[in-house]
Amino acid sequence: MIIKDDLKYTKEHEWVKLDKDIATVGIDDYAQGELGDIVFIELPKVGAKLEQMKPFGVIEAVKAVSELFSPVTGEVIEVNSKLESEAGLINKDPYAEGWIIKIKVKDPKELDNLLSAEEYKKLLEQK
Amino acid sequence: MSYIPNTEDDQKKMLERIGVSGFKELLHPIPESLRLKDELKLPKGLSELELTNLLTGISEENKNTDGLISFLGGGAYDHFIPSVVNHILLRSEFYTAYTPYQPEVSQGTLQSIYEYQSMLCQLTEMEVSNASMYDGASAVAEAGLLSLAETGRKEILVSGSLNPTYYKVLCTYCERGGMKIRKLEPKDGVTDLELLDKKLSAKTASFILQSPDFFGLLEKVEEIEKKVHSAGALLIMVCDPISLAILKTPGEYGADIAVGEGQPLGNSLNFGGPFLGFFACKQNLIRRMPGRLVGATVDSKGRRGFVLVLQTREQHIRREKATSNICTNEALCALAATVYLSLLGKNGLKKVAELCLQKSHYAAEKITRIDGFKLKYSAPFFKEFVVETPIPASRVIKLLLKKNILAGIDLSQFDRKLKNSLLVSVTEKRTKEEIDCLVENLRGLIKKG
Repeated sequence: MIIKDDLKYTKEHEWVKLDKDIATVGIDDYAQGELGDIVFIELPKVGAKLEQMKPFGVIEAVKAVSELFSPVTGEVIEVNSKLESEAGLINKDPYAEGWIIKIKVKDPKELDNLLSAEEYKKLLEQK
Repeated sequence: MSYIPNTEDDQKKMLERIGVSGFKELLHPIPESLRLKDELKLPKGLSELELTNLLTGISEENKNTDGLISFLGGGAYDHFIPSVVNHILLRSEFYTAYTPYQPEVSQGTLQSIYEYQSMLCQLTEMEVSNASMYDGASAVAEAGLLSLAETGRKEILVSGSLNPTYYKVLCTYCERGGMKIRKLEPKDGVTDLELLDKKLSAKTASFILQSPDFFGLLEKVEEIEKKVHSAGALLIMVCDPISLAILKTPGEYGADIAVGEGQPLGNSLNFGGPFLGFFACKQNLIRRMPGRLVGATVDSKGRRGFVLVLQTREQHIRREKATSNICTNEALCALAATVYLSLLGKNGLKKVAELCLQKSHYAAEKITRIDGFKLKYSAPFFKEFVVETPIPASRVIKLLLKKNILAGIDLSQFDRKLKNSLLVSVTEKRTKEEIDCLVENLRGLIKKG
């Protein structure tokens, strides 16, 4: 299982990568492994306003359904449309091809509320 | 008559096995003060013969369509059911089968449901059908809920000529969280197009339309579809499955959801239930569909098989986020419909519909020739029609019942303004003699005065 060091994580297993004021969001290797084959993802519309740790979509595996939580507050500027026909990309490549949404961040300092890779690894060890 | 197959010997062996001296020992956790000391106040048990006689006596206090000539409609109809339907239904493999959650032991059940779904799609010309719902009323309510979830809007417009009991159920389902249901007053028994124009807005999630409607009349679906879709709302069509053999289908009209009562397809009247709700819709709504869905797949050896699909919609997985709490279907009733449709085929079903059309029009024509009786509405009708009666409809029904005729439905029970309105339904089962008998007896009422 891969936990990338250059990303920040939420307790709900989303990762976020900040580039200036644009945050790219996805779910991590642990989450995709737990869910199993992902078959569908319900994405927000571009322009939707999100709040940190509030749900923004739903991810469906064959036998389970899970909510997706936004790591930051801001506006959705792009969604990964490839996921519509290939939701399995999240399983194959959760950190790159399987990215889910891009958010224009309101306050980059919000990322301080999230977990670093080290903190996140500790959380997973406790599970 | 003993219903428990365990002999005293069996019971003794079981008690010994679990290390207990007698049954009473198992009741120890119940405090002494709460235990019943007396015998239960029940009458003595009856033998099988005594029981059969008792129940037969009770059931004979009812009358049914075997002894009565029925012109009742309004959502449940006396259609012909070929005997083959029961022969297949009563096979224990179907009759006693449980929920097909384990596909490896339920291929027969799953395949029959898959066939049912496929036939429903052919009949309605909609893209996908579920495994069925409890009845037409709950199917309508679920369609309403779907439209709210899909559009994010909060208002449902309903045709005033929708079956009133379906409307009641819809209201029960939707009485929560700021949802609004607006019933549009019909004009001459059908949807008032000008009123629909006025009430459609950006708040409208859907318009629920029944055609043929509760009064048996055909609606102007083509015009209504254009208006509803222009407002960004969904069109929910409630239809009579028999009528779809000769009328334009909801698929053809571009409806988003097609629902209705499947009882006319091979199912008895059953004193009002169990019935068969059908639910079909466009492919893009599949993830919001309520109820069960059977899909075709291949097993690990590449052999064709069937399985419940998209179960992540259902409440046992999605829990409070599910759009519906329904995770069941009417398997046996759906099977009856499937057998019926297979037996009749496209041509047979068309013939049934044509006979209903011809016979109802024959009856309407003869009835309206009697002084004092006339058709209440002017729109074309399929297999039922509303007659304005010279005396209250309730009196007509009472008097004709004495002649073993169920003349129709008294509409005043739904709307007090409709005091002299009788809803008469004529299916392919009614013979010319039976219809003439109805007419003669109605004529007889006028002479009596």
